[in-house]
Amino acid sequence: MTERDDLIQETSTTDVFASFEGDIPAGGGRLSPSSLVRRYLPAVIAFVAVLLVWEGLTRLFGVESFVLSKPSEILDSFTETFFLIWGAGVRTLFEAAGGFVIGTSLAVATSLAAAHWVGFRQGVLPLAIALNATPIAALAPIFNNWFGLTNPFSKMAVVAVVVYFPVMINTTRGLLEADPAEMELMRSLAARPSEVTRRVRIPRALPYFFASLKVASALSLIAAIIAEYFGGPQDVLGQYIVNRAQLFQFPDAWAAILVASILGVVFYLLILAAERWLMPWHVSFRTSE
Amino acid sequence: MEARSLGKVFGIGDAQTEALRDIDLEIANGDFVSLIGPSGCGKSTLLRLIGDLVSPTTGTLVVNGKEPGQARLDRDYGIVFQSATLLDWRNVQKNVELPLEIMDFPDAERPTRAREMLDLVQLGGFADHYPWQLSGGMQQRVAIARALAFRPALLLMDEPFGALDEMTREAMQQEVLRVWGETGTSVVFVTHSIPEAVFLSTRVVVMTPRPGRISEEIAVDLPPDRDLDTREDPKYFELVIEVREALRRGESGSGGQ
Repeated sequence: MTERDDLIQETSTTDVFASFEGDIPAGGGRLSPSSLVRRYLPAVIAFVAVLLVWEGLTRLFGVESFVLSKPSEILDSFTETFFLIWGAGVRTLFEAAGGFVIGTSLAVATSLAAAHWVGFRQGVLPLAIALNATPIAALAPIFNNWFGLTNPFSKMAVVAVVVYFPVMINTTRGLLEADPAEMELMRSLAARPSEVTRRVRIPRALPYFFASLKVASALSLIAAIIAEYFGGPQDVLGQYIVNRAQLFQFPDAWAAILVASILGVVFYLLILAAERWLMPWHVSFRTSE
Repeated sequence: MEARSLGKVFGIGDAQTEALRDIDLEIANGDFVSLIGPSGCGKSTLLRLIGDLVSPTTGTLVVNGKEPGQARLDRDYGIVFQSATLLDWRNVQKNVELPLEIMDFPDAERPTRAREMLDLVQLGGFADHYPWQLSGGMQQRVAIARALAFRPALLLMDEPFGALDEMTREAMQQEVLRVWGETGTSVVFVTHSIPEAVFLSTRVVVMTPRPGRISEEIAVDLPPDRDLDTREDPKYFELVIEVREALRRGESGSGGQ
């Protein structure tokens, strides 16, 4: 899981939820309000404390806004430009989500093919892993050229390529990691390979698939914003951040970053919800009896 | 089922291990045959040969009148492993339906059959439970229901109660005898428990290790309807002692080589 761990470190905004995953009960056993408070209170306190220390230190040392804006300034900008930055956020999210769907679909198709045909696996996977070592953001100018600077698909293409590798590699691993006892059972039942894939391999691969989707959700926003830095319509988060920074309107840039971060968290939570819905049986969601 | 001078060698070159040599064995319809022996005597390998989960190196094997591969494809046997191997994402009912889905039983027939099988192993009330909500003994009963769901002619059991405590184990033995009586399936049962082998079987096949061979076959002429009293029957004790001595003879025989 080394590549996954690296990716998680890059995306610290979503990382915080990982520690909660294990002990949030599934649908049946809802938490009472008081235990909800007890669980999330430390996180809320830590969050508020960071903001206070940030505000305090920037005031105390008179830090200029272009070095590090104060949380209060960012909040002001956030409310003043609310509809502007959320409009930009939605357009960026559209690129990120589009690329996410394309990349994930291609990745799943590749994984199923790799699990089914040994030759495909041996031929294509090493190539895919070699390509994965390419810094994919470097493709952004080329995709802008291919698909047109103003076409959202040029951004989606970058996102799709970024999302593709972690999803493909993890899902393939999940599909191939068969329990020998289950394989023997399926053999004793004279199950066709397609039956084995459908009834055993795919359910077994789901935890890997979702782990990769969580990484991919954060990556997709990063990739969309970076792709926007290389040019295109002005009404998207990446261009907005670049423009405001060039005008020394740093609180505005920070407010847009805040939007990106909220979108990342929401994206992540949506995947968590889908995970629970599709595999309620999984160990990590079992309530203690 | 019939085996003639069956042998199995694992590995190649210097790393070869001879697991089985010169196995001759016949099992008639309706028999309950236990394979017993110390670990490494190849009893599980013999079971896997019958199930076509491994292939023999030498000799011939006929299962249900055909070669083992064909018998497997024809779904002539059901198998129960030491671990229940239930699928976590399916409830008890759906686990029992798994073979029926794979074998394309009609949609309408599957739930009825699964229910019947769950009633047979006395788990009718647990159809909606998930495997992790069941005890080890209950999981193994689901595995038995699954193995019998498509009414195979032969039931293969590979140390199915090895991981259970003594009390559960005895209850499960009683259960298996009842199921065997009701279904008329032939059973091949691998175990390393002497009382278990004697209590369950019509015939006990004693095996010796390195390489695995059949040293003796002991007919168990206890009455067919066995219960707690059977375990206190002098005849039962005589047979337990007979199997124990056969195992000892086998041990010293192979030790002297």
